[in-house]
Amino acid sequence: MATVTLTVNGKPVTATVEPRTLLVQLLREQLGLTGTHIGCDTSQCGACVVDVDGISVKSCTMLAVQAEGAQVTTIEGLAHGDKLHPMQEAFREHHGLQCGFCTPGMVMSAIDFAKHHKHPTEQQIRHWLEGNICRCTGYHNIVKAIKAGTEAMAGGAS
Amino acid sequence: MTATGIGASVRRKEDARFLTGKGNYVDDISRPGQLHAYILRSPHAHAEIRGVDTVQAKAAPGVAAVFTGADMQVGGLPCGWLIHSKDGTPMAEPPHPVLAQGKVRHVGDPVAVVIADTRDRAKDAAELVKVDYKTLPAVASAEAALKPGAPRVHEAAANNLCYDWHIGDEAATKAAFAKAAHITRLDVVNNRLVANPMEPRAAIGDFDRGTGEYTLYTTTQNPHVIRLLMCAFVLQLPEHKVRVVAPDVGGGFGTKIFHYAEEAIVTWAAGKLAKAVKWTADRSESFLSDAQGRDHVTHAELALDKDGKFLGLRVSTVANLGAYLSTFGPAVPTYLYATLLAGTYTTPAIYAEVKGVFTNTVPVDAYRGAGRPEACFVVERIVDKAAREMKVDPAELRRRNFIPKNAYPYQTPVAVVYDSGDYFSTLEMALKAADYDGFAKRREESAKRGKLRGLGLATYIEACGVAPSQLVGQLGARAGLYESAEVRVHPTGSISVFTGSHSHGQGHETTFAQLVSERLGIPLESIDIIHGDTNKIQFGMGTYGSRSLPVGGSALVKALDKIVNKGKKIAAHLLEASETDIEFKDGKFSIAGTDKNVPFGQVAFTAYVPHNYPSQELEPGLDETAFYDPANFTYPSGAYVAEVEVDRDTGAVQLVNFTCADDFGRIINPMIVAGQVHGGLAQGIGQALYENTIYDKDAQLVTGSFMDYCMPRADNLPSFTVDTHVTLCAHNPLGVKGCGEAGAIGAPVAVINAVVDALGPLGVTDLTMPATAEKVWRAIHDPNMPKAAE
Amino acid sequence: MYNFDYQRPQSVADASKAIAGKDEAKLLAGGMTLIPTLKQRLAKPSDLVDLGRIAELKGIKRDGSAIVIGAMTRHADVASSDVVKSAIPALAQLAGGIGDPQVRNRGTIGGSLANNDPAADYPAAVLGLNATVITNKRRIAADDFFKGMFETALGQDEIITAVSFPVAEKAGYSKFPNPASRYAIVGVFVARSGGHVRVAVTGAGPAVFHQKEMEAALTRSFTPDAVANVKQSASGLNSDIHASAEYRAHLVTVMAKRAVAAAG
Repeated sequence: MATVTLTVNGKPVTATVEPRTLLVQLLREQLGLTGTHIGCDTSQCGACVVDVDGISVKSCTMLAVQAEGAQVTTIEGLAHGDKLHPMQEAFREHHGLQCGFCTPGMVMSAIDFAKHHKHPTEQQIRHWLEGNICRCTGYHNIVKAIKAGTEAMAGGAS
Repeated sequence: MTATGIGASVRRKEDARFLTGKGNYVDDISRPGQLHAYILRSPHAHAEIRGVDTVQAKAAPGVAAVFTGADMQVGGLPCGWLIHSKDGTPMAEPPHPVLAQGKVRHVGDPVAVVIADTRDRAKDAAELVKVDYKTLPAVASAEAALKPGAPRVHEAAANNLCYDWHIGDEAATKAAFAKAAHITRLDVVNNRLVANPMEPRAAIGDFDRGTGEYTLYTTTQNPHVIRLLMCAFVLQLPEHKVRVVAPDVGGGFGTKIFHYAEEAIVTWAAGKLAKAVKWTADRSESFLSDAQGRDHVTHAELALDKDGKFLGLRVSTVANLGAYLSTFGPAVPTYLYATLLAGTYTTPAIYAEVKGVFTNTVPVDAYRGAGRPEACFVVERIVDKAAREMKVDPAELRRRNFIPKNAYPYQTPVAVVYDSGDYFSTLEMALKAADYDGFAKRREESAKRGKLRGLGLATYIEACGVAPSQLVGQLGARAGLYESAEVRVHPTGSISVFTGSHSHGQGHETTFAQLVSERLGIPLESIDIIHGDTNKIQFGMGTYGSRSLPVGGSALVKALDKIVNKGKKIAAHLLEASETDIEFKDGKFSIAGTDKNVPFGQVAFTAYVPHNYPSQELEPGLDETAFYDPANFTYPSGAYVAEVEVDRDTGAVQLVNFTCADDFGRIINPMIVAGQVHGGLAQGIGQALYENTIYDKDAQLVTGSFMDYCMPRADNLPSFTVDTHVTLCAHNPLGVKGCGEAGAIGAPVAVINAVVDALGPLGVTDLTMPATAEKVWRAIHDPNMPKAAE
Repeated sequence: MYNFDYQRPQSVADASKAIAGKDEAKLLAGGMTLIPTLKQRLAKPSDLVDLGRIAELKGIKRDGSAIVIGAMTRHADVASSDVVKSAIPALAQLAGGIGDPQVRNRGTIGGSLANNDPAADYPAAVLGLNATVITNKRRIAADDFFKGMFETALGQDEIITAVSFPVAEKAGYSKFPNPASRYAIVGVFVARSGGHVRVAVTGAGPAVFHQKEMEAALTRSFTPDAVANVKQSASGLNSDIHASAEYRAHLVTVMAKRAVAAAG
């Protein structure tokens, strides 16, 4: 067993894990942060995307011990009370989700996208989503939501 | 229209929890002391099991139990639909064991379950289970399985034939072909698909030693159906001692309708061990254990007169049912398929034959559209081919054969009666929105960039809102297909609705609340829609076949009627008026023609605090339940236009435009309806261009993960243009038809028609799905051998 | 995943010590291939030696006429590096097309090269640009590094520390991705330097290889037309459900043309 110490959604956390424990397992099973999901076992679907030290990563393809000392933000760490993060709000407004399962990873990935693109084109958004699979929406409204969310973040609404 | 009532694009109530990570999916649930199950599955497509040695596995760290088929002697998984062959004999219905009994019949067939304190340790121990297999020859293709000498999947099914079924008038169809001026022939392979909802299936069994009650949390679209099937057929448990909960479910698309072995295994094991037992599929396990979709091979012929009027349609289909009969497996390629072969046309004579065949593959059952995409593909592909052969504009040929607007109710030659529709208007809308007339110019512009551009049309009809119970009973269904709703008005006027429909992405918590808000004049915040728990909901048949609003919504309307009627009685008493003079509008009961009224909230309060109340005639309380059994199917329809560009050098197809005009009847929430269409389109486009399930010669699944099974991504798709045209359903109270499957039904054939159109100038007349780059490249280089690349 | 021992050395020397003599130990770089492999229980290492905290392995710098990229530099850093974008834009473009954004945020050049997946992108750039793979023990020329499918010249306790890419006059990369996995079905990297042209092909064969006929044709004339009629033999190429050997052979020519066009 190993000990890992990190910060999750602003709170310091220390946990005992097996070396083989994935970051997503630590989040879901030990920390009860079940908003981060697992949709595949080939690191492709992106349902597990979280922010680690300012970049989006697939938490199913990272060992918990690799996150030693890291600042991790999950979908649970975005909203302030009842006030949604602008990207969350954009997904709500544009119906960018249906079953909700891919949604946390989509939102976390989209927030990383927004950091790099202030006025994105549809093509840039679609290309960025290579690592996030949705089976419900046909991506149509997700693309609209990310465009609006990105613009809202650029406008300082965050 | 009010801001929250019928017709308003209300933002979804459920989104707040999904967007903040507070959804409650089965794998998110942890029961105290819960154990974890790992299912050991067959690596072979067909084998005899000569022995299973679990001694070492049972001794492994953390292991609580290992069970095999010998330990779990329970009933088999039942099939919910009985098909009869042409000669009247019932279908072959071999047993479907929960854990293998002496034989495995597909890769992924469950052999044993290992239960341990963690999932990793259960997996570790599963490697210690020794299974002595004697492998047998296996067959994956249905056509191959019918050939003499093919490996036999079940003793009970000679020649692997489950049934040899037919529908329509064979003699009349023959006569129609005898007088044809032109006959178009078509061979179709409808590719096998994996539904792949993003949430893998999961189940937790729990057992209360004090009460003897079982609880099953499961990723299902219909918790009551699972409880009924599992209790009555598999585990022989009393239904009142079993609670089935389907909490938030991350997409279904049909594959979460069925009763699966894992549900019975965790429930049974929880009872044996008196502890909660949890199982969650890995994605690669989903590929081997979720019922798959489609997989037809069809030959079709269309007879036309010299003016292009359709005279007759003859269809012969071989349908792969997989290794076992899944819950609705046999119904999909028969009553959900061949009954739609009239499409949107007046074809007077139709005859269809369908052979259902067992193979050593994962069972096949309903996947979004279920039979109707297969029917639509046959009809719209052969119509398009006929138009090209007869050199008639494909839109014009369709117009010449549409069922006229004044012909409803319209009896088709394949059993169903369409109640309403307007195929002319949806086609014109779609053509206009897609700028059909400007296509030639766009094609030239593409050619300048070295690209081949094509445009494809499709119209579709579907039978939704399943289903009239008496009718489907006559057709072999072993269940009724009504729905129920309870409207519970609380003393302070807020409302809980209990519906037997289940939302796994469709947004019922919003749409159903809009129905209540519209009818009772109550704000949405005061209305909760509750679903997915057999201990809360009276009963329900669940959600599939675009039935939630037409059937579940109709039940809700009936229950609301009862609430209003009782409210009128209470209001009449309070207002000292005659009940017949009371009107209910905008949340107020008033005496007609006066301004005397009582608000809904006061009536609700009075019902629960009945101090001033007509106690002689009326019970206290305001809580009404209704069941609704539909009078007919509903028949959504529409017209789709696909436009593609083909890269001549690589064969890669890019979908550049997709335009829809759908008729779903009355629309409650346009935003949600458009979202349903988008999602269906992506799945239909996926079938046409990307998705395919491939088994090798030993019936091993080759496309067993997202690395090989191509899920459509955002960059594969354009933004869609969607619009609707309304003709009301003639027989349900809301006039609604259902919208969940349309996209998946109409899109595949529109896309393939577009690809064939793009390649037409090179002499290509046909192409099978999926139109992968290599297949298209080969067709470009050798138009006569479009199938060479398969 | 099977259990293993985990180590997090702070230096290359410590990492080398940690795996020395342990035949079943594995180095963990970005983990984008290794962790999925472990999850599927397709590998059972005794130890994972995580290179993630070794600062000396990270970074991009210009060194005379070469760009030197530390082994643990992430694809996203290469894709967005101004140094790489100005010196060898094709290399930045290649890095920006690997996997997906989250893979690029973790995956590293050293990990990719040590794994030598037959459909990976980086091997094409290393071979095409005639790069040198620098390890804790030696410098290995690209032509000597790739030995076959998932095989390299690396010894048991040898660790890639950096890759040195000579700056080419012109370079271009064109990939036809597998629609499902997004790996290269065929990727062709072309580069011209000092009158000589190198053409490296990934995805098509068991490992990255030189397309010599195309190299000769492009040395004569560095234009798309020069390779348009140079055919790649299908013999020995990969064949699977996504692409037959014959189709891959055809794509080599198409991608070569496009890579030359992209090189400008």
